[in-house]
Amino acid sequence: MSDRNTKAGTPIETRQLLHTSRPLFEQGAKGRSGASLPSLDVPAIDAAALFGALHRKTPAELPEVSEVEVTRHFTRLSRWNYAIDIGLYPLGSCTMKYNPKVNERVARMPGFAGLHPLQPLSSLQGALELMWRLERCLCELGGFERVTLQPAAGAQGELAGVMMIRQYHAHRGQPRKKILIPDSAHGTNPASCAANGFDVVTLKTGADGLLHADAVKAAIAAHPDDIAAIMVTNPSTLGLFEEHLGEIADLVHAAGGLVYMDGANFNALLGKVRPGEAGIDVMHINLHKTFTTPHGGGGPGSGVVGVGKALEPFLPTPTVEKLGDAYTLDYKRPHSIGRLRSFFGNFGMFVRAYSYIREMGGPGLTSVTELAVLNANYIRARLKEHYPLAYDKPSMHEVVFTDKRLKKETGVQTLDVAKRLMDFGYHPPTIYFPLPAVTGGAGALMIEPTETETPETLDSFCDAMIAIADEAKRDPDLVKSAPHQTALRRLDETKAARNPKLRWTKE
Amino acid sequence: MSADYPNELRYTKDHEWARTEGNTVTIGITKFAVDQLGDITQVELPPEGESLQRESVFGSVESVKAVSDLFAPVSGKVLKVNSPLRDSPEYINEDCYDEGWMVQVEVKDLSELDKLMSVTEYVAYLKEQEGA
Amino acid sequence: MRYLPHTDDDIQRMLRVIGQPSVEALFAHIPDRLRAKRPLDIEALDEGALLEHLGDLGAHNVPSMGATQRDGAALSFLGAGVVPHIIPTAVDMLLQRSEWYTSYTPYQPEVSQGTLQAVFEYQTMVSEILGLGVANASMYDGASAAAEAVLMAMRVTGHKRVILAGAIHPHTTETIRTYLSAEAATPAELADVCVIVPSGDVGSDGRVALASLIAALDATAEVAAVVVQTPNFFGVLEDVAPLAKAAHDKGALLIVANSEPLAFALIEPPGAVGADIAVSEGLGLAIPPSAGGPGVGLFAARADLVRQIPGRLVGETVDKDGRRGYVLTLATREQHIRREKATSNICTNQGLVALAFTIHLSLLGKNGFREMARLGLAKAEYAKSTLAAAGLPVAFSGPTFNEFAIRLPAGSDARAVVARLADERLFAGVPATADGLLTNAALDRILLVAVAERHKRADIDRLAQRLREVCS
Repeated sequence: MSDRNTKAGTPIETRQLLHTSRPLFEQGAKGRSGASLPSLDVPAIDAAALFGALHRKTPAELPEVSEVEVTRHFTRLSRWNYAIDIGLYPLGSCTMKYNPKVNERVARMPGFAGLHPLQPLSSLQGALELMWRLERCLCELGGFERVTLQPAAGAQGELAGVMMIRQYHAHRGQPRKKILIPDSAHGTNPASCAANGFDVVTLKTGADGLLHADAVKAAIAAHPDDIAAIMVTNPSTLGLFEEHLGEIADLVHAAGGLVYMDGANFNALLGKVRPGEAGIDVMHINLHKTFTTPHGGGGPGSGVVGVGKALEPFLPTPTVEKLGDAYTLDYKRPHSIGRLRSFFGNFGMFVRAYSYIREMGGPGLTSVTELAVLNANYIRARLKEHYPLAYDKPSMHEVVFTDKRLKKETGVQTLDVAKRLMDFGYHPPTIYFPLPAVTGGAGALMIEPTETETPETLDSFCDAMIAIADEAKRDPDLVKSAPHQTALRRLDETKAARNPKLRWTKE
Repeated sequence: MSADYPNELRYTKDHEWARTEGNTVTIGITKFAVDQLGDITQVELPPEGESLQRESVFGSVESVKAVSDLFAPVSGKVLKVNSPLRDSPEYINEDCYDEGWMVQVEVKDLSELDKLMSVTEYVAYLKEQEGA
Repeated sequence: MRYLPHTDDDIQRMLRVIGQPSVEALFAHIPDRLRAKRPLDIEALDEGALLEHLGDLGAHNVPSMGATQRDGAALSFLGAGVVPHIIPTAVDMLLQRSEWYTSYTPYQPEVSQGTLQAVFEYQTMVSEILGLGVANASMYDGASAAAEAVLMAMRVTGHKRVILAGAIHPHTTETIRTYLSAEAATPAELADVCVIVPSGDVGSDGRVALASLIAALDATAEVAAVVVQTPNFFGVLEDVAPLAKAAHDKGALLIVANSEPLAFALIEPPGAVGADIAVSEGLGLAIPPSAGGPGVGLFAARADLVRQIPGRLVGETVDKDGRRGYVLTLATREQHIRREKATSNICTNQGLVALAFTIHLSLLGKNGFREMARLGLAKAEYAKSTLAAAGLPVAFSGPTFNEFAIRLPAGSDARAVVARLADERLFAGVPATADGLLTNAALDRILLVAVAERHKRADIDRLAQRLREVCS
């Protein structure tokens, strides 16, 4: 791989020797296996005779490979992935911070991993205590009365939060149909509302990028006695602190509604703002963002939800309680929204998040927020002359640039910049979100470095972004046809959507 | 005017076009819409006989990254639907004014067409949108 | 601190570039009324103290997997939603490669081909195991997958009611009800759309009575789906084909739920007996039981229903140079594009757990999968006859796989028996009426026992002996 495509002095940090590995269904040989199974020490059973017509006639066509082939396959495949342990993910709103290794060790302790959820409670006291302590920590961090650990991911946490809001109003004999949502919101927000039978009333973001009390006032007036809640994200998806949130919360509360906060950006608030004290009635927290449980290539997450007193009766069942020195589960919750999933929740993630919170402690977590905001503002300072900011207001932990000027002057747009960044060895930032509606029609580039990145990494990243801005002027086609260095070039997503091939088949 | 926007068609602000023949109106989406969407992967169209209301949603068009509602430029009954689009949505990308037509509608009130834009007005509208 | 690299010099230099005097200045615009009123009160621990604290918490549990009985682990016959299996060491070793667990969702396919190809292989395996044309990249767990299947059936048919038939895991039933209560605002409305037949009150064979289901279908209009579980909550295998026919005759889809996918190594998969959608809990075959989470919800459906499937889908394609590659596809169903009109609000799949499932099944392979199932079946059948000889016969006559229900003698309470045996580190089974499970007092003597390939003959003998002794 040559360095000729880069600005002189900007190092490319990749030199590749990548092996492909065909799907395992195309490897192996009949009769091969990588299994190690115990022997039969009881009488054998003829399944065909026992099950008769219910016996499976054609076996599932799973691969037939040895452990060696399996190990090589999944080792080779892994090397095609970018990961936090390889480099920076500047992904806005994802909080791709370092995943501490000690967390992986504790989660694997047999005393946690080897537990069956339906064991007698006397044998689960440590697990219940961990859950109880995690809940107390999250209450401390968020200013909440209670926290449910049950939802499996942020989206499920949102579903739970909106369900609790609906129950709250139903319980008071005042079912309401409308929820206010800013046009900058993440798509899960309106989807969670629609799933609960609510109508979404969209609030227009102000010209300065913030939500304004006027817009809220007007929306409330347009739907008297029908506002169930407002769903806000703070900092907003534009990375800006919603300065008018106090007044807005007052307006919604006065109109009889509740305030839901999407906690995806909690990394900007630790130790600085405790939402439960600031007018927030319910908030979901993504343990896989702020609390560093690993993203795992798409999951598992964990979307715990904090609530104030008003929503406490509606929490999912069961809750974890402490009676004297013993821990127990409370299933007798007459106003609960019920269950969203089996058992307690993503317990393996609770262990990791709790371990992280206890390692960092209060002052440590406050530093997390301070340095996350410092890092984002450093990138903002270095790049704002090269990529226009979406808004002037101070950035918190993430900064949003647009491709407005770039597109106009060179034809190069956000997607091209994202693809060209890969040639420099970085995963692209979040693109085209927030939506064009709130970025003046331009394509957004949302960058959240998180606090675990060194200043040197930030400088390398900024150097690469500046180099690309230069390339866009000198040689736009180079950028538009990127990536060039990745082992695969741009993939045909149209073909995949028009003729979906969603599983391997023997051709 | 440019070949991107045929002279004889009428246009809507949601980027549909309408071609009139007697009291039959053929409807599709403009080149601008196609450029915005990218490669189209699926179209959802109403069945024959369905009544359309002007400015209401009558279907949708999808690309890899986006879904767009289709808004009826005129009211009327659906006479014909371009069913080959189901298996070959790419016709819309290749030729959005001809092979990529979507529905043909029988219109009662032809004066509705006056509410649509001429090609000159549409091109000006596009320039205005770009500047925003 | 070790995850916060900045030195004081670093911070000062960066502040100069930013043009601010202090870190606090970056927060100056936060209004006072929204600020935290006091510092956070959580004590920090160094690694040594952290490991000790967590070790203490762990020591207050009694695990049943991952440690030997000599180290204090319990002998466990617990199932009822997750049947733990021994996961070979290679699975976790591979999972601990950073490229797998510290990677992000594969939205940028050029740098995520590892994850995308692994999910493609996972989708293929799930499609094979459940016998249906297309599977998604996984859902949170089996219970929420069942709820999403119900919502999907409602979209496909345009109907608004569901019938839950037979012994379905109470967590699944409750989850479906919670999801449906999102639209059905009152208990009366919920009872109208979610019809339960026959509420845990099954026949002597433990199966859904076909006549009861047909009666319910006749009495209920606009049924989108019938949901059955096989093996069911009592471990009994349902005869799905006639249930599917009854549902289809009334224009409803048939959804099969399951919590032990290993069963389909030996019994006909849902797709082969008329199911339109099938869901399952894959936790037991992927990772250690982990107190029930994270799990992995397997989800498969008829190929022609693909555009209504919730969750992520990975598809095969080619790059500019014609090389085979994989991408997330049909994303327009999802919330980040469709927003209010999305097929679901789901944003994630169970990535790492689905990967673990895929690696384990790759190691087992076609023959190992069946062999593991045969071993479990043989051990379970041995357990049934040994327990019967000890005066503890099965409660239902229908065929079972690796889990079954026994009925304790008159005068016993399964919960008391289980608590007694727990003290000697023997988890004898799950009482059907344990907290949070069934509420029908008539089932207080029912104990659910799961026997897997990992149990030894001597373990089973001990279970039978102790149960007999405690119950007499």
